[in-house]
Amino acid sequence: MGFYVARRTAVGLLMLVALSVLIFVLLRLAPGDPVDAYINPSAPLSLDELAALRERLGLNDPLPLQYFGWAAAAISGDFGYSIQSAGQPVLPLVLSRVGPTVILMASGLAIAIVVGLAAGTLSAVRRNSAMDVGLSVGSFLAISSPPFVTALVGLYVFSVQLRWAPSGGMLTPGVPFSVADLLAHLILPAFLLSLTHGALIMRYMRSSMLEVLNQDYVRTARAKGVREFWVIVKHAARNALLPVVTLIGSSIGMAIGGAIFLESVFNWPGMGLLLVNAVKARDYPVIMCATLIIGAFVIAVNLLTDLVYAAIDPRVKVG
Amino acid sequence: METPILEITDLRPVFRSGGKEVAAVRGLDLTVGPGETVALVGESGCGKSVTSLSVMGLLPRGIGRIDRGRILLKRRSGEVVDLTAIEPEALRRIRGNEIGMIFQEPMTSLNPVYSVGEQIAEPMRIHLGYSRREAAAHAVRLLEDVGIPDPDRRARQYPHELSGGMRQRVTIAMALACNPQLLIADEPTTALDVTIQAQILDLLAAIQKERGMGILFVTHDLGVVAEIADRVAVMYAGRIVETGPVTEIFAHPRHPYTAGLLRSVPQLGRGGELREAGTPLPTIPGSVPALSDLPKGCSFANRCDFVTDACREAVPPLIDVAPGRRSRCIRWEEL
Repeated sequence: MGFYVARRTAVGLLMLVALSVLIFVLLRLAPGDPVDAYINPSAPLSLDELAALRERLGLNDPLPLQYFGWAAAAISGDFGYSIQSAGQPVLPLVLSRVGPTVILMASGLAIAIVVGLAAGTLSAVRRNSAMDVGLSVGSFLAISSPPFVTALVGLYVFSVQLRWAPSGGMLTPGVPFSVADLLAHLILPAFLLSLTHGALIMRYMRSSMLEVLNQDYVRTARAKGVREFWVIVKHAARNALLPVVTLIGSSIGMAIGGAIFLESVFNWPGMGLLLVNAVKARDYPVIMCATLIIGAFVIAVNLLTDLVYAAIDPRVKVG
Repeated sequence: METPILEITDLRPVFRSGGKEVAAVRGLDLTVGPGETVALVGESGCGKSVTSLSVMGLLPRGIGRIDRGRILLKRRSGEVVDLTAIEPEALRRIRGNEIGMIFQEPMTSLNPVYSVGEQIAEPMRIHLGYSRREAAAHAVRLLEDVGIPDPDRRARQYPHELSGGMRQRVTIAMALACNPQLLIADEPTTALDVTIQAQILDLLAAIQKERGMGILFVTHDLGVVAEIADRVAVMYAGRIVETGPVTEIFAHPRHPYTAGLLRSVPQLGRGGELREAGTPLPTIPGSVPALSDLPKGCSFANRCDFVTDACREAVPPLIDVAPGRRSRCIRWEEL
């Protein structure tokens, strides 16, 4: 077990190195560079000045040299300075955005998991009932709607028209921090983030549950006189959950993609918003650092998923 | 005669199939006395498993239901209840408590994510109100009773860590947990090796001797019937065609179907003799008619060597052919 975790961690570190090379090269292949994004159109710089600036930022060095320069510093924890907001060290800047993203993703996924598992179970138990059909139609709608559509429609309907929730930000500026204020800002983006994942989890849970309900051990449980509620929850759902855990693990990785859209639409001060702005400004150091942190997070979640799987299914042994 | 533990009268479970209801069993009478083993024998689809599921109230919901008939159970208290007429909740309290059930597939009938100890303990926690600790201690004792060595360690193991024979012992322990007065065994040895089969049958016989419960033993295997049953009821296409003490039925079958079944049992050492007669492995010609499309008279008529016009007219009644023996053949005397 300890050995298994160590091996997976080592593999994860190698993957991070590969990821950093990939992102580094891709960024340089994209048209434009930080200097292009940096210039102020109302006070244009001469070509000489631009060239000097590129030289100073090391953008003219050969690519491998640039990469190793970055990597050597990164290993020692120095991710450099943001080009866009000049002089700001990257690492604290990125880390300050981790909290809000975690709050948004954790809430969204928690809603998705709780609602998805419950709805999937109910749907399977009451198969072909009006509720099952309704939930199925709803989940297909949610799965087929891309996040940028649900985000904008949700914003329009719930914030602009119904005025149920604020239209953006994480806290009301100028007001002392309160949990209620945070929740008011959180609820809409978290709900919208949960839609796709909740619907996916529901579909998986439903089909997994339908399969399990036909298993002999469910009949055995009934033959033992177990109450129907516990037959479903303890004997059936516990088994139906096993394949769904893997889906939930990958949902966490995918939710980051959804969070990027939602943070942009709702002006949520998280990694997604930071990353989008950094990409627009070709702010290489910020992009590198944010990507690596997201990558490390996804790798850790995958490892955790496998460990959880082994913990809840006695037939699976890790290592 | 002592009040039977189980008395089934005119049972008719039906299944919905393509918009109409088809009777899987067409009026079945059966009794199981205390300490008695009654075997329900027949081919796949003859209605024997449906009968056992009817007793448990476990017919697939929305598809199967009991259309007619009574299932009387003599309860531990001595009171007699009709299982077809009581509330589902009352039946649930009887299941796993006063009636234990063993299923065919030990590989799939145990829950893979709970230890076998927990699974054996569960009915005692539900029905007898045992604490977790009491039930766990009892589960270990039950494992010992069903002949599992090192029961302490085994109780903590999961089904996939046990062999097929051991798992079937576990399901037996589970069915016995609340000391039921009736045990329903639905093909409990079919999925097992022959040597393990014999061990399980011996175990069931020993437990019955000790606890005096009645056993309803559902099987298609006549060899197993000979081994374990006191009385046997042979089913064909949803009806009992012959019933009586096992030794008499094996010696002198009084229904052509029973006779055919007994002839079809392969016997060691008779191969040469049969080959000379031109029938290396005797069979019953034809196949079982579909339950939705049974002939008007005797269901066996189309496969029977003794068929007469009268057989095709009306379903023959169960005729008393000897004390405790009945046959659904009008020409039983000629067999």
